[in-house]
Amino acid sequence: MSNIQQPGQVRKAPENFVDAQGVRTVFSEARKGRRDFIRGAFAAAVAGGAATSAFAQADGDPAILQLPAHSTGLGQPVVTDGYGKPSKYEANVQRRQSPGLTPTAQASVSFAPLQSLFGIVTPSGLHFERHHQGWWDIDPSKHRLMINGLVKAAKVFTLDELMRLPSVSRFHFIECGANTGMEWGNVAVPTAQYTHGMLSCSEFTGVPLITLLEMAGADLKGERFVLAEGADGSSMTRTIPMSLVRSGEVLVAYGQNGEMLRPEQGYPLRLVVPGVQGVSWVKYLRRIELGDMPYGTKDETVHYVDLMPDGQHRQYTSVQECKSVVTTPSGGQMLLDKGFYNITGLAWSGRGKVKRVDVSVDGGRNWRSARLESPVLSKCLTRFNIDWAWDGSPAIIQSRAMDDTGYVQPGYRQLRAVRGTRSIYHNNAIQSWQVQASGEVANVQLG
Amino acid sequence: MSSSVSCIVLRALLALAGCGVCIAAWAQPKAAYPGIGRDATPKEVAAWDIDVRPDFKGLPKGSGSVARGQDIWEGKCASCHGVFGESNQVFSPIVGGTTAEDIKTGHVARLKDPAFPGRTTLMKVASLSTVWDYVYRAMPWNQPKSLTPDDVFAVTAYMLNLGGIVPDDFTLSDRNIREVQARMPNRDGTTTAHAMWPGNEFGRAAKPDVAAVACMRDCVPATQAVSQLPPHARGSHGNLAEQNRLVGPQRGIDTAPATKTGAPAAAAPASKAPLAVLEKNSCVACHGMTQKLVGPAFSDIAKKYPGQVDHLLEKIKSGGSGVWGAIPMPPQTIGDDDARAVARWLAESAGP
Repeated sequence: MSNIQQPGQVRKAPENFVDAQGVRTVFSEARKGRRDFIRGAFAAAVAGGAATSAFAQADGDPAILQLPAHSTGLGQPVVTDGYGKPSKYEANVQRRQSPGLTPTAQASVSFAPLQSLFGIVTPSGLHFERHHQGWWDIDPSKHRLMINGLVKAAKVFTLDELMRLPSVSRFHFIECGANTGMEWGNVAVPTAQYTHGMLSCSEFTGVPLITLLEMAGADLKGERFVLAEGADGSSMTRTIPMSLVRSGEVLVAYGQNGEMLRPEQGYPLRLVVPGVQGVSWVKYLRRIELGDMPYGTKDETVHYVDLMPDGQHRQYTSVQECKSVVTTPSGGQMLLDKGFYNITGLAWSGRGKVKRVDVSVDGGRNWRSARLESPVLSKCLTRFNIDWAWDGSPAIIQSRAMDDTGYVQPGYRQLRAVRGTRSIYHNNAIQSWQVQASGEVANVQLG
Repeated sequence: MSSSVSCIVLRALLALAGCGVCIAAWAQPKAAYPGIGRDATPKEVAAWDIDVRPDFKGLPKGSGSVARGQDIWEGKCASCHGVFGESNQVFSPIVGGTTAEDIKTGHVARLKDPAFPGRTTLMKVASLSTVWDYVYRAMPWNQPKSLTPDDVFAVTAYMLNLGGIVPDDFTLSDRNIREVQARMPNRDGTTTAHAMWPGNEFGRAAKPDVAAVACMRDCVPATQAVSQLPPHARGSHGNLAEQNRLVGPQRGIDTAPATKTGAPAAAAPASKAPLAVLEKNSCVACHGMTQKLVGPAFSDIAKKYPGQVDHLLEKIKSGGSGVWGAIPMPPQTIGDDDARAVARWLAESAGP
């Protein structure tokens, strides 16, 4: 290895990173046509630079005083990986199953690691999963979308054709109707990943469904309902609210965060129904039918229904009402020390924009309004932040969101007074995290 | 979008023209995107348009008896749902919790009882069309859309019979399904009076059902009861230290069992199990590696039949029942090579 270089000095490769002997070897071997040797010589040079000294530092932080390998060696080349991955140090940030929640892995859920995410966009590989009969990676050249029902002529579109149409790109959250469902009766799971992780947010690109209906000559007069159907084994169906189709909000989407949808998210085509629970965002979308009455599908009349205290099931519940959660500090985490923390979290509403988020650190007795970070978009996650200096005594952190219709996120007592505790779906109650004197944070419920 | 605008204009024109144009209410197909999309053929529509609505529009002609339904059930459904539709080992039970009185009232009484455990499909379902539609499109679990309409009528009749809704000698058909609908135990047990459908189609409630207030000062008592997970559930979701980023304002709590603390996890050796085959053929839907699910654990099978490749192969191909419990395993439609790979792996101790 050559000595430390002078700043501003540009040297030609390969002298820059291969020692004199290495250079000689490289050139002599290259002349013989043994190009593999070049690689070997480079590897030896890098390994030499990586050797760390055990030399103890009394003068300061060894991380500063001892130049690390990455400051003194050559980094890796471009396209080491044609599709880049997160740092190896981020391996803990994974979507995960809740043990024992479902007996099969094909009709199951994985939860997004909300406690480790920033901003409002969920990385596509960490997007929560909900499959009803397993996921598929479908050949887009063989995928078709059919529009039928109350249309002048039933139509078939290929992906090539759908992607030729004028497209829109919009940021929206998707939340499973059962998100936080395990917590209806009592505290059940330890972390924000499991309490709120059936929630993700992406930029979706596609074509407004109304455009395709109009292309088919849809009869849009009178009361109308849309059925969406998937192409996978479950062939998921849901009745889609016509008001959202007419408004142009419902998209037939193929794009997610700048690339195509992930297979687990319905590649190559899914419905986007902003503000409405995830089950309506039919994946592997193969068919849209226009009709004059609701379709009574399993996942709107038997599942994804809300059992009320009087024994009636609410059917066709769809809107995800205003909700928020503090993502750090949150359950299962440990604060490193007393002092300053940035309390941060997510707020959203299926009815529009988040207008305000209040945060309490004393179990809901007193509240302060948090900063909403831009962008604040309709039916999209909104990031909030608020300053907090922890004095080391126990604290209970909560957030409470309000949307632009004036709706205020309720506490558990208020929600249970109306809905009881036997529901599974649409739990949008205020979440409480207790910071204990030890620094450990626990999922708690109050009252 | 210009298309939306022109549609509004079109609708306005139609409205101005009055009801004289009701017959011609079809919007004209958009000509703005030439070359995109084509008309579907009638056979294409028939192949995909399989949904059945609550008014039974879309229901194919056909029929099936309770007795025939029982045969199909035991071969294709009981492995997950139990012989009597009562099993909750894989999915929520289908049958149970309904009474003859419910058939009269149309609202399952036990839904009002907070102490009654669980809810079966027959307790919840209001429209028989929902059952028919779902079985036809999505069942059986690992071979969806393999049942004929007659099969679905038969299986549906069997489930209804288990729930006491139709007699043993009943044959369900497209002609009598409306009469059976009038006996569904929870046909009147549902409501759309809520504010969670965005639109007016259901005559919804105008306001959300919960109206909270954004109080800012002295909102609750200074001390409140706090409930949290019991100590024994601390490790229920694995080691939380491994589920949090290693840098930042906080770390995950170490919830690993005390005995394992400090012992670095060994790298997982390469798996010998034919995992891809097991997953492709949905074996793992019913069998756990070391855990009994619906069927026995692979490890238990291996202990019972060491070295017996041919016997295991025969069992996979022909199915069986009674050895490990009452729930039968149907014959598996699995390729010869795959079946032999699984049998060999089981015979060799079914190691990971």
